[in-house]
Amino acid sequence: MDKRTTAEEAVREIRDGMTVGIGGWGSRRKPMSLVRALLRSSVKDLTLVAYGGPDVGLLCAAGKVKKVIYGFVSLDSIPLEPHFRKAREAGAIESVELDEGMLQWGLYAAALRLPFLPTRAGLGSDVMRFNPELKTVRSPYADGTELVAMPALALDVALVHMNRADAGGNAQYLGPDLYFDDLFCMAAKKRFVSCERIVETEALLKAGSFHTLRLNRTMVDGVIEAPNGAHFTECPPDYGRDESFQRDYAAAAKSSEAWGAFRERYLEVSEADYQRRVRERTNR
Amino acid sequence: MNDARRDEICAVAIAEIFRGDGEILASAMGTLPMIGARLAKLSFEPDLLITDGFAYALGNVPAVGGGDGPEPIVEGWIPFRSVFDLLWSGRRHVLMGATQIDRFGNQNISCIGDYRKPTVQLIGTRGAPGNTLNHKTSYWIPVHSKKVFVEKVDVVCGVGYDRAAALGQTSACFHNVRRVVSNLGVFDFETPDHRMRVRSVHPGVSIEEVISNTGFELVFSEPIAETRLPTPGELGLLRERIDPLGLGSKELRA
Repeated sequence: MDKRTTAEEAVREIRDGMTVGIGGWGSRRKPMSLVRALLRSSVKDLTLVAYGGPDVGLLCAAGKVKKVIYGFVSLDSIPLEPHFRKAREAGAIESVELDEGMLQWGLYAAALRLPFLPTRAGLGSDVMRFNPELKTVRSPYADGTELVAMPALALDVALVHMNRADAGGNAQYLGPDLYFDDLFCMAAKKRFVSCERIVETEALLKAGSFHTLRLNRTMVDGVIEAPNGAHFTECPPDYGRDESFQRDYAAAAKSSEAWGAFRERYLEVSEADYQRRVRERTNR
Repeated sequence: MNDARRDEICAVAIAEIFRGDGEILASAMGTLPMIGARLAKLSFEPDLLITDGFAYALGNVPAVGGGDGPEPIVEGWIPFRSVFDLLWSGRRHVLMGATQIDRFGNQNISCIGDYRKPTVQLIGTRGAPGNTLNHKTSYWIPVHSKKVFVEKVDVVCGVGYDRAAALGQTSACFHNVRRVVSNLGVFDFETPDHRMRVRSVHPGVSIEEVISNTGFELVFSEPIAETRLPTPGELGLLRERIDPLGLGSKELRA
């Protein structure tokens, strides 16, 4: 089946109030072209689930977010995400801050269609105090251990970015870490994968060993070719993080004028214009 | 005589937290933590597993921040999925930072103020709850002050001894907050009720300085021990092999 589509078509599946999971980690291999398409849409009141980076920051700054479920939000080389921080400090978004492993467990439970998975992570911490919907469960075996029953984090839509994919949705990562992109896809009803390049199926194994084929086509509904689509986050080995652009993005949080100028130049334009402006900037 | 700098004394104190750990993953977050873990590996804990801070386990000990030393040798691949599995299995000792820490070792990296509308949003809980319930955890505080060593943390991310005790033995059986190293001294929880204790103060630091920069009452007994100086061998390793660019001293100044 040919699952090739566009970012606009993918974003059309996302409606007000939906829960959207975004793959990658911090400022690493984020599906930024899909996030930019989402920013251009009229969608609002989203619940985001992410190992958060500028994806979360941008969507918060655009006022599209009702709630974020996360373990952290960071730009890596800039530890604190200034736009997310601003939204939190304004009390503008609901926050479900979890242990990173709890987040993984929630996605895994959803992927496996289980109501919850047990873990020690979270016990005794304020994650339980601030999220009273989280319950514990007692082992039915002789040990009787009390554990967190991490509920399934079911997603309406998952957005991830990979290095290569074929038209059918078999997708490949070529960098050092898959992060939890497979779980995001398995936990979601609709799964969209953007990639640096769509290639013929027989070309996949020329780029990397079979170990890199971590999304198979049962996990994917739509494939979008998006060269430089993770920009300004890193997407090794295709490209590293655009640190200079990221610094400008972070600095734009300082005032509404700076943010307005950034938005006008980079966000209120098509993806093609965005990429052109990024190239102009680099050549400047 | 010994001309060791404060950051080098801290590096040795950090290395010491890994003594006796054997073949486990030493996850060190920050520059001096990385320097300390590498020093431990090159001296008394050769079996420690260290990483490049990303997905690779290093089979040798390259300098932090690059430099002219040996090229990193990759001996293993530990992406985040494997880190989580490994940490829940317990074969890990993490050295994390803390924006706030209290007398029982409760740690906060989430936010300052009201969780619903914080005054300052920090990085987020990260892996602190799971780390502290599953394996050895220590903390590195580069600037020891009353803002960090507080009576009560605003959010408990890393679980301290009072919270762990309330959970009971079966749930908290792997809880072990080992040590806190700051720019002023070394602290542990080896007291009957697991209150933070002064283990040693760094050379040139007085106990009064430690007390006046701590927002709660510390346990200590006279005479106060002094943190040991680096040996000439350790100083050589630090200056020539592990931190030739002197990055450790920058972290202390920051």
